[in-house]
Amino acid sequence: MSGRTLPLLFLNLGGEMLYILDQRLRAQSIPGEKARKDEWTDVDRKRVMNDIITTMFNKKFMEELFKPQDLYSKKALRTVYDRLAHASIMRLNQASMDKLYDLMTMAFKYQVLLCPRPRDILLVTFNHLDAIKDFISDSPGILNQVDETFRRLIDTYNCLSDGEFQLIRQTLLIFFQDMHIRVSIFLKDKVQNSNGRFVLPISGPVPWGTEVPGLIRIFNHKGVEVKRAEFTTAGNYITPQREGSFELYGDRVLKLGTNMYSVTRPVETHMSGSSKALASQTKENIAPNPLAKEELNFLARLLGGLDIQKPAGGETGFRLNLFTTDEEEEHAAQTRPEELSYKVINIEATQEPGRRAELSRILG
Amino acid sequence: QAAWCQLPARVLLVLTSQRGVQMYDPDGSTMVFWHALDVPEHPAAHSVFARGIAAAGGRFVCVGTSFGAVLVFDIPPKGTNVTLSEVLEQHRDPVTDIAAEQGQAPDGAGDLVTADDSGTLCLWSTGEEFTLLGKIPGSGCTCSSVTLWNGIVAAGYGNGQIRLWEAGSGRIRAQVSAHARWIYALDLAPLTGKLLSGAEDSFVHVWKLSRNPDTDDIEIQHCHAECVTDTQVCGARFCDPAGDTFAVTGYDLSEILCY
Repeated sequence: MSGRTLPLLFLNLGGEMLYILDQRLRAQSIPGEKARKDEWTDVDRKRVMNDIITTMFNKKFMEELFKPQDLYSKKALRTVYDRLAHASIMRLNQASMDKLYDLMTMAFKYQVLLCPRPRDILLVTFNHLDAIKDFISDSPGILNQVDETFRRLIDTYNCLSDGEFQLIRQTLLIFFQDMHIRVSIFLKDKVQNSNGRFVLPISGPVPWGTEVPGLIRIFNHKGVEVKRAEFTTAGNYITPQREGSFELYGDRVLKLGTNMYSVTRPVETHMSGSSKALASQTKENIAPNPLAKEELNFLARLLGGLDIQKPAGGETGFRLNLFTTDEEEEHAAQTRPEELSYKVINIEATQEPGRRAELSRILG
Repeated sequence: QAAWCQLPARVLLVLTSQRGVQMYDPDGSTMVFWHALDVPEHPAAHSVFARGIAAAGGRFVCVGTSFGAVLVFDIPPKGTNVTLSEVLEQHRDPVTDIAAEQGQAPDGAGDLVTADDSGTLCLWSTGEEFTLLGKIPGSGCTCSSVTLWNGIVAAGYGNGQIRLWEAGSGRIRAQVSAHARWIYALDLAPLTGKLLSGAEDSFVHVWKLSRNPDTDDIEIQHCHAECVTDTQVCGARFCDPAGDTFAVTGYDLSEILCY
C-alpha cells in the first residue's frame, strides 16, 4: 500500500466536512440583528469556518501529515475529525457527528471511485482546496497557510507516476471498502442505487490520455499499419475537451470534489437496511488496534500545539444540528445500528501522566 | 495477489503482499516456503511489496517486486527446499505482472515476459541462468497486465489500451482502444488463443488472437463484450483452457460472477 495516502485522505475528507458544515450553518443562520443569543449568525458561521480551517492547516500538523506513513484506522481518523469539528465555538452531538462523518466518507468514496485517471485524485484535492480558499478569502493569514499546503501537494505529488497514483487510489478504496451508507442527495441525483452502491456511468468523456474504445489497428512485421477494424459496445464515450490544471491556480475541469451542497438541498442519510454489508466493518471495530497508542500520541501532540478558542462564558458553546429537528437527532442516536457506531477513542482514557497533564491543560 | 503456479512435478499456490512471498501446497494446508522482502525501518516514500507471479521454465516461480527486481525461485519436485536462484534487475520501476509462454514459442522468442509501472516490457529466456532477450521501452503508461502466447505478448495498459507485441523482434503488431479505464486483468486461453480483458470501466471483453505461421500475420478480433453494471472489474480469468467460461470479480463485490 502507498505511504503517501494520508494527506490526500485527510484534506479531501476535511474539504467535504467544510462543505457540509457551511451548508448547515447557512441553513440555520439568522440575520445578525434579529438573532437571539443561542442562534447562528453569519458572523458566527464565518468564525467557525475560519477556526476549523486554521486548525486543519496548522503548520506542524501538515508537516506530520506529509511524512510517509500508513493510513490511520477508521476509529483514529474519526477521532481526528471529532476534534477538528470542535475546534471552534460549535458543538455537535454524537448523532450529528456520526451523520457528518457518514456524509464526508461516502462523498469522498464516490469521488475516488469515479476519478477517470488515478492522478485525477489530485485534481479532486485541488477542487477542495480551491473551495477552502474561497471560504477564507478575506483572511490573508490563513490563506497563506492553505497556499503553502497547496504548494506542498504540488511538490510531493505532481511528479508521481500513474502506477504510484493507482496504488494510492487502491489504498483509499481499500479504506472505503464495504461502506454502503445511502446518502439522500446521491439517491436523488441517481448517482447511488437504493442498495447503497454507486452508479458507474458507461458514457461521457474518456480520461485524458485514453482513446474512445472501438478501434483495432493491425501492423505488419515492418511496423506498417495494414488493417483497421472496429467493434462496438454498450458504452457511449466521447473524447475529452482538455486536461485539468495541476498548477496553484487553474481550471480543474473535473467536477468531482466541488461543492455539491447548496442551502436548499438537505443532507440526509438512511440507516436502515445497510447493516448486511457491514459485517466486515464490525470485525474491524472489535479487534484491538496495536497502533492505537501511536495514533493517540500524534493526536495528543496535535492538540498540545494548538490554541483552541473557548466559547466566552458558556461551557457548551453553540450546538449545530445536522438533522432538521432536535427530535430527529435524538431518534437517530437511539436507532443507529450497532455495526455503524464509530466507537470513538476516548482520549481521557490515556494512562501516561505526562500526556494527561498536557491534555488537562488544554481541556481545563 | 494470489496465483496457481503449475509446474510439471507439482502445483503451488503463491501469494504476494507487502511482506513478501508465500508458497503453499495446493490445498492450502502447508506453507512450503516464505520469502520476506527487506522492509525499511520507517515507512519509506516508496512502497514495498511483491507483485507479479508466474511459473516458468518447468521448474521456476518468478515473482516481481516494487524495487523492479524479479526474484527467481528454484522449486524442487517435492519438499520445502525452495531456493532463490537468481534476481533479475532490469526494471527500474515497480513490477506489475509476469507471464510465461503458454503456447509454442517461435525460435528466438523468449518464454517469459515481465512488465512494470513505466510500461517497459522485458523478454527473457529461462534456464539455469535467465537471459534478457529484449526490452520494449514503455511510453509512460503503466502496463498493468501481460500474457505471452505463441510468441505474442498481449499487454494491457492503464489508459485502457491493449497492445500486441512480437516477442522475437519487439515490434508492435496491434493496438486496440479496448477500454475506457485502467485495465486490471488479462487472461489467455492457450488452447484457442482467446484473450480476456477486464477493466475499471465495468467492461469485460473476449478477444481472439491468431498467428499465421507461414505469413507471420498476427491478428486480434473482438468476440464479445460484457458489462458488469456499476462494478469496477478487478479480476477476470478463464475457467478452462479453451476459454469457454470465465469468472469476474470487482471492487466492493463479495461475489464471483461466472459467465
